[in-house]
Amino acid sequence: MTPHMLTRSLDRGATIFLAVVAACGILIPLSNLLLPAGSFLQVPTYLVALWGKYVCYAILALSIDLIWGYCGILSLGHGAFFSLGGYAMGMYLMRQIGSRGVYGNPILPDFMVFLNYSKLPWYWQGFDMFWFAALMVLVVPGLLAFCFGWLAFRSRVTGVYLSIITQAMTYALLLAFFRNDFGFGGNNGLTDFKDILGFNVQAEGTRAALFALSCLALIASFLICRSVVSSKLGKVLIAIRDAESRSRFLGYRVESYKLFVFTLSACMAGVAGALYVPQVGIINPSEFAPGNSIEAVIWVAVGGRGTLVGAALGAVVVNYAKTVFTSGMLAPYWLFMLGAMFILVTLLLPKGIVGTFNAWWDSSKEKRAAATTASAAAEDGITEPRMAE
Amino acid sequence: MPANLSARFCSLLLSLFLIAFALPAFAGPFEDAVAKFANDDFSDTDEAIGAVASSGNKLAFPIISALQDGRLMADPDSKKVYVTGADGKSIDAATGESVASVPDSASAVRLNNRLRRSVDAAIGSLTLQSPDVGTRLQAAQSVFKSHDETALEAVDGALAKETNKSVKAALGDARAAILLFKPDTAEVEKLEAVATIKARGDQEALALLTGMGDQPASVTKAAASAIGSIQSSLAVWSTVQNAWYGLSLGSVLLLAAIGLAITFGVMGVINMAHGEMVMIGAYVTFVVQDVIRTRYPGLFDYSLLIAVPLAFIVAGALGVLIERSIIRFLYGRPLETLLATWGLSLVLQQAVRTMFGPTNREVGNPSWMSGAFELGQITITYNRLWILVFTLAVFVILLAMLRYTALGLEMRAVTQNRRMAASMGIATSRVDALTFGLGSGIAGIAGVALSQIDNVSPNLGQSYIIDSFMVVVFGGVGNLWGTLVGAFTLGIANKFLEPVAGAVLGKIAILVLIILFIQKRPRGLFALKGRAVEA
Amino acid sequence: MNVMDTRATSAMLYLDGVHVSFDGFHAINNLSLTLEPGEMRAIIGPNGAGKTTMMDIITGKTKPDEGTVLFDGVTDLTRLDETRIAELGIGRKFQKPTVFESQTVQDNLLLALNVDHSVKGTLFWRGSKDESERIDRVLETIRLTDARNRLAGSLSHGQKQWLEIGMLLAQDPKLLLVDEPVAGMTDVETHLTAELLKEINKTHTVMVVEHDMTFVRELGVKVTCLHEGTVLAEGTIDQVSANERVIEVYLGR
Repeated sequence: MTPHMLTRSLDRGATIFLAVVAACGILIPLSNLLLPAGSFLQVPTYLVALWGKYVCYAILALSIDLIWGYCGILSLGHGAFFSLGGYAMGMYLMRQIGSRGVYGNPILPDFMVFLNYSKLPWYWQGFDMFWFAALMVLVVPGLLAFCFGWLAFRSRVTGVYLSIITQAMTYALLLAFFRNDFGFGGNNGLTDFKDILGFNVQAEGTRAALFALSCLALIASFLICRSVVSSKLGKVLIAIRDAESRSRFLGYRVESYKLFVFTLSACMAGVAGALYVPQVGIINPSEFAPGNSIEAVIWVAVGGRGTLVGAALGAVVVNYAKTVFTSGMLAPYWLFMLGAMFILVTLLLPKGIVGTFNAWWDSSKEKRAAATTASAAAEDGITEPRMAE
Repeated sequence: MPANLSARFCSLLLSLFLIAFALPAFAGPFEDAVAKFANDDFSDTDEAIGAVASSGNKLAFPIISALQDGRLMADPDSKKVYVTGADGKSIDAATGESVASVPDSASAVRLNNRLRRSVDAAIGSLTLQSPDVGTRLQAAQSVFKSHDETALEAVDGALAKETNKSVKAALGDARAAILLFKPDTAEVEKLEAVATIKARGDQEALALLTGMGDQPASVTKAAASAIGSIQSSLAVWSTVQNAWYGLSLGSVLLLAAIGLAITFGVMGVINMAHGEMVMIGAYVTFVVQDVIRTRYPGLFDYSLLIAVPLAFIVAGALGVLIERSIIRFLYGRPLETLLATWGLSLVLQQAVRTMFGPTNREVGNPSWMSGAFELGQITITYNRLWILVFTLAVFVILLAMLRYTALGLEMRAVTQNRRMAASMGIATSRVDALTFGLGSGIAGIAGVALSQIDNVSPNLGQSYIIDSFMVVVFGGVGNLWGTLVGAFTLGIANKFLEPVAGAVLGKIAILVLIILFIQKRPRGLFALKGRAVEA
Repeated sequence: MNVMDTRATSAMLYLDGVHVSFDGFHAINNLSLTLEPGEMRAIIGPNGAGKTTMMDIITGKTKPDEGTVLFDGVTDLTRLDETRIAELGIGRKFQKPTVFESQTVQDNLLLALNVDHSVKGTLFWRGSKDESERIDRVLETIRLTDARNRLAGSLSHGQKQWLEIGMLLAQDPKLLLVDEPVAGMTDVETHLTAELLKEINKTHTVMVVEHDMTFVRELGVKVTCLHEGTVLAEGTIDQVSANERVIEVYLGR
């Protein structure tokens, strides 16, 4: 990214957003570590982990917004990329357990010993090295998205058809990962992690660092998305979203553009998943459930699709609400609320929170501008016809 | 005390009843045989088993089965033998008279392995003469499997008396099996036996022939050829079986997908809450059966006939309501429709969960849908068969409706060219509402059918939604025949892949194949072509 | 055959024996047509005559069942997709104005400019002076300089038509296909559009499909009348409108 692209991409909303994320990323870990436990301003560790989860969801929401908000591709299978990134990280964490597992096997994770594996499957090789796992966090989701997208976009599978087959994709992966012989721990998934890069994953310091890292990743994802959508490529994406065939007739290779953002988006989702797993301490096949992917889409819709800040905000707001409502006596009503959110947002708030706010802000700004001109004109004693718009 | 009185009265009745049955027992030899059980001697017990089993006495079966279960008590002092029932009541084995209590000195008649075989054989031959056809058939089958030569006499006896055709055939098979394994059977008879078993031609026949041990050369040769022919016929039958399973699965898929195909085809609307309409249909069946069980138990066999129209009305009305209150505001925004209807599906699931609880609810099969029948080497259950018939009936009715009614004509017009239809004076919004209602109503009656083979729980719909979409996408939009072909193709492909790849991998393979298929034909098998599609 | 070949090589657009059918309906039936470089041709014909389908074939949206479609004398268009055909230099204006409504007028033109259209090119694109000058020129030509920062969706119908023509200009193709450019325009706008097209024709080959006879007359170019997917008559507007069969099927006398 050239500096030019970065500066171009920052407006006021984006700057505020970045400042808030950066502040959280610095202050929350510091407060957790430095202030005495129980003090008024101290953020307890469980909250750090919880908010870390939200931040990961925000990255996932950004990745969905990039393709849905700007290119009109509604993926109902982004949870698959998120989970694949998570599994890649989980595999690294499993290998780090070493001989500290229940069965004490230095190479094989417990579930493999339990299932009578004689040696490590080939696709588990290399995951004992962090750099390799980190690479796979990007490569595996990216590659799947590339292959899938290459097939789908080239054949011009669009709209609801694409949504449905992305859903089928994550459903197929769900079924596959539930199988014990698939080699990823069956329905128990990967868990009981001990340490990451030598640090205990349960330790407060590690959790604070992971939180800070997640915030950093959110900032980086935001900047990447921002520079993509504010480049000329962003304009092409919007053109494709609004009038796909027109873009073709202008000589744009629509499938290449879609493939580019889809793959980029999948890689981002993978990173989100990779940061999520050490913070929640488990990854299992239920993360592939189609419902999860659709839920992630509604975060974007609530926050405001086509606005990056909105996507991230929506993820945090909806998940915060979920935490609040599913833990109290309102728990049985949470699904009613979530369902109602889907319906009401699409019906009444199609632009989402941030989109609606932006529209209101713009129109009030115009009104203020118009008022100023009108009063200036009145002072000059000239009457001018109001603008038609 | 009245309770005591009635208990006495009952036992009196029971005694009278048993005496009436036990009349021939007064002849003597039966009582002598029974008394031998009290000797606590294995060879005496063996003799007793043989004598009782061949006595023809009505008490023979209760005695032998009590012996098998360790419920036959013998008093070595008085030489009396008692049958204690599972309910604690006891009768005198020789006379059938009920006794107040078994003396403490009595103990269970002991058995060893040799005796157990005799008991099994005795039970086999006793049940061979049971008045119930099903019991006789089962007994004949078990003799066939055990091919115990001690049962030969009983089989021959039963064969002479048997009038039921299928029991007779089973007895014939059993006799052949015994003869084949009996070392001293003549070679000619053995060859005949092989031929009989070959004609039976199922998995058990195969097991019998492969495990028959040392035999004369000619018999071994005949058996080898019989094995070959049975194997090839079994392969054919297993294909037929898979095809049947596939058709059955296909009919379920078709039933679940057909309503979706209509709403998607006519309105271009993806209804993610379609599965919940199916679920609601299933719950309507539950409620209907619940009311019938508590109020009009006699109507239970008609419960489904009552549930079908009710489910159609309930789900259909709900569909119209949904269309009027949500969907119509989202036309032209298919992706938003998808999200809103997904939200709706969450609400409906949770509503049902709140009303009926999160666990499975019991929905029973009416008598005409229970059980199964054999067709060659495959078993066909009545519920699957009825669902296939029902699905095809729904399909035909729907097809006729689309072709011959005014609404059908309007729906087809809107499917082909919405704008043109609107300008021709068709009230497209009314057509949309009715179409959505129709699609939902059909989902509702699909729920009635699915309640017969699946668990009725709030999650019922979710398990069908992805499969239904695959059917619609595969078959192509706007064409019911496409949905039909799509459903049966996927059903059959699934069932043929299952034995090869396993159930889960088979399903994954199908999903992957569909994803690849969509690349080739993005609009499905039977897609509409031309300019109208683009508009 | 020999004569045909030379015609084929010199022609900007050459269609011969083209057939297309949709589910048994013959939309295009043995259509043959030649457009010379620098020519402007008006295509008329009643509804369903196959005008739009013909444009779909030329721009690669629809594949013909049989027949030859050659561009610039050598390139077989039936083997290429829309993007490739656009890159070769065929621009198209749709019957219903299709502009990118949620983007500004200026961005619409920017998107249409015939510069690097690859993913990499647009991701790392930086505006150049040459590009902005070209956009300014086009804005002036289509009289939308004042509206350059307005969203295209907020333009009037006629302005959208012009913006779309402007996008064609920015695309600077060798061949412009213009489908009903004056539908829904006022008389003044229609006149201005005719002037604009004549101006464009000085440097480009143009094919115009139009119903408006006054407009076609004003263009003053060779006219081809299509009917049921085939060429019914060809010649000046007077010749064509005097043709008995044209009168029968089209002018409805």
